[in-house]
Amino acid sequence: MSKFQYDVLVIGAGGAGLMAALYASKSANTAVLSKLYPTRSHTGAAQGGISAALGNHEEDHWEWHAYDTVKGSDYLGDQDAIEIMCREAIDVVIELEHMGLPFDRTPEGKIAQRPFGGHTRNYGEAPVRRACHAADRTGHMILQTLYQQCIKHNVNFFDEFQVLDLIIEDGVCKGAVAYEIDTGEIHTFHAKAVILATGGWGKCWSVTSNAFTLTGDGAAIVLRHGVPLEDMEFFQFHPTGIWKMGILITEGVRGEGGVLRNNLGERFMERYAPTLKDLASRDVVSRAIYMEIREGRGIDGKDYVYLDATHLGRERIEKKLPDIADFCRTYLGIDPAEQPMPVQPTAHYAMGGIPTDVDGRVIVDANNTPLYGLYAAGEVACVSVHGANRLGTNSLLDLVVFGRRAGIHAAAFANEIELQPIPDNADDPTRELVERVRTSDGDENVATIRAEMQKLMMDNVGVFRTEELLTDAVEKLKVLKERARHISIQDKGKRFNQDLLEAIELYNLLDLAEVTALSALNRTESRGAHSREDYPERDDENWLKHTLIYREEDGSYRFDYKPVTITKFEPKPRVY
Amino acid sequence: MAETLKIELRIKRFNPEKDEEPWWGEYEVEMGPTDRVLDALHYVKWHIDGTLTLRRSCGHGICGSDAMRINGVNRLACKVLLRDVAPVVTVEPILGLPVIKDLVVDMEPFMAQYRSVMPYFVNDEPPPPRERLQSPEERERFDDTTKCILCACCTTSCPSFWARGEYVGPAAIVQAHRFIFDSRDKAAAQRLEILNEPDGVWRCRTVYNCTNACPREIKITEAIAEVKKALLFSRL
Repeated sequence: MSKFQYDVLVIGAGGAGLMAALYASKSANTAVLSKLYPTRSHTGAAQGGISAALGNHEEDHWEWHAYDTVKGSDYLGDQDAIEIMCREAIDVVIELEHMGLPFDRTPEGKIAQRPFGGHTRNYGEAPVRRACHAADRTGHMILQTLYQQCIKHNVNFFDEFQVLDLIIEDGVCKGAVAYEIDTGEIHTFHAKAVILATGGWGKCWSVTSNAFTLTGDGAAIVLRHGVPLEDMEFFQFHPTGIWKMGILITEGVRGEGGVLRNNLGERFMERYAPTLKDLASRDVVSRAIYMEIREGRGIDGKDYVYLDATHLGRERIEKKLPDIADFCRTYLGIDPAEQPMPVQPTAHYAMGGIPTDVDGRVIVDANNTPLYGLYAAGEVACVSVHGANRLGTNSLLDLVVFGRRAGIHAAAFANEIELQPIPDNADDPTRELVERVRTSDGDENVATIRAEMQKLMMDNVGVFRTEELLTDAVEKLKVLKERARHISIQDKGKRFNQDLLEAIELYNLLDLAEVTALSALNRTESRGAHSREDYPERDDENWLKHTLIYREEDGSYRFDYKPVTITKFEPKPRVY
Repeated sequence: MAETLKIELRIKRFNPEKDEEPWWGEYEVEMGPTDRVLDALHYVKWHIDGTLTLRRSCGHGICGSDAMRINGVNRLACKVLLRDVAPVVTVEPILGLPVIKDLVVDMEPFMAQYRSVMPYFVNDEPPPPRERLQSPEERERFDDTTKCILCACCTTSCPSFWARGEYVGPAAIVQAHRFIFDSRDKAAAQRLEILNEPDGVWRCRTVYNCTNACPREIKITEAIAEVKKALLFSRL
């Protein structure tokens, strides 16, 4: 056991965490804690691009990007935050290039850009080339580049340290408690400011593009400390996951000209989105796929459709989409230049999360009261720039823009205050948790409960929802949570005990599944990714507001609401 | 009914908390032919023996966590389908790095070698207001080595690395290559000097194990040859 002291702690080492760390470490003593080696983070799996209105191929303006993002969010995104993101996009992408990021190039040597879903010119007229890309491994290049810069600037890393708790007292966050995976030791990290950048929780669902490690740890920890989570009902299903496996097939395939086809060979998106067709926003395309399947037009009557890129030609596929070609060969045994890819919607991205202001400060109520010393950025946070539905490429952008802002502001905050005292036993709750799990001797199995939860979430809290399905989910999740109290694990050792950590991660997933189902049941309208068949219309009169869900000390939940910030774009019907 | 495969999984186990010596765990599992070795390992961990320990994250060959020796060759467990290795599948930790537990090795020596080659962009000239220009041809020059995911499949398949752990190894050379041949970077000479040291590129004996092991299909041996050539031509 050790006690460490830093000005700023960054928890999580994906795009948001590394960007925050690079900036915070310029002026404050900073450490990054990550349960993975940083380059294993799931930012690396992002494929298609990062958007910025550079206008390298054709006219573009950040205001157009902002409009597209607002419309994509189904008017639930906060427009002040969206303006900041789209304006800073240009500067931050140039900054990444200056850090050495190997973007693809135009013939003139500028950063190359491709079209992407929902990104248009002149407020919805036609697709625009806005997604800056490095083949189909843009996220990989962002993650590598940021990690390289962290090495260059001697950022402190604690790799494979899993944070299990935050030290929060009297409305101030004073540090974190971490489990050193290699040794099983529990360490206290005392700090002036903590930035959570722990990513999403796609592992609540059975078919997901997310890594095994995306278990929502940061969001679950703050929920248990009484911090609300915002807009948890909005979880994005990416339209094109590899059938059954969920592995992401980038929207860049459609950006390059690929199309979706049903069992009749019909390009069905023409019916659902006459202007943007296959490049409509993700919620629209995922619903369209489900509708086709439901009406019997899935391939062979099954629950998938085809993503057809055969007309693009082998050279273009190998050049622009090499990883996609590799996935198809490896996992499907097909050549995408010859055969269409079987795809189905896959649980992909949390629009909701820990509420923050535009500087990454965590806020705890509808009046934007900050929790001093605590910041969040990236997928775990909800600024909210994505509202009810995120546009493709805006996640990588969110990471770097708000990671940077959180890093700058956390360091400035840390430099203004003294280290606040913490009790000697700040790690007691963590020690109790770890010991309880280690010595557990019930007859339930972690993997079995997890699989049941994932199937339940897929069946009941997926693309289409009803009161009946959601009520059933809430009840069954209660039962699963009760059963999870009676698990046992087999590995009782200290060294690299993943058995123990998977059990703790299951607790996190169950909490987040529960607040997702509750928030979805509560919102009686359809907006963006939240599609209620019993309330099929968007209801701005009653629901143009953010959900905040709080967990009370007795384990019950309560809701509150926060107004949506509207600057330029009044809500309109959303047609693509 | 979906077709299934009977797999005999042999896993090299070692937990220093209780084992004096490594031992072979043998498990019979029934899996789908297109399930991955990772799925079989997870089946064992989740339903037979929870103490089995391995690293994994993305599950589709992008994060580089689950490099291991599968039937004698280095692979990512998430990129090998069972039908291609059935019916007997032998899984061991990658060689040449200290074993922490079961299939988990200490990556720190590998990461230290990576850090030693200045694996980051260097250009101290004031940047232009917009992007630095680079032609598609200049960008193509180092495209292959940008794919590296630091999984260590290459380095831990290299006989020169097995013989001498101080050898910087193919992965670090790949990372150096990515910058040496980037037209925007200014530190090629310094990296070449590092790689000209006794434990640099000259320990490569062109065995091609690295190229064969790379799950990203990087032409590693070729990249190393290009670095050697750059050294020969930069030293007059």
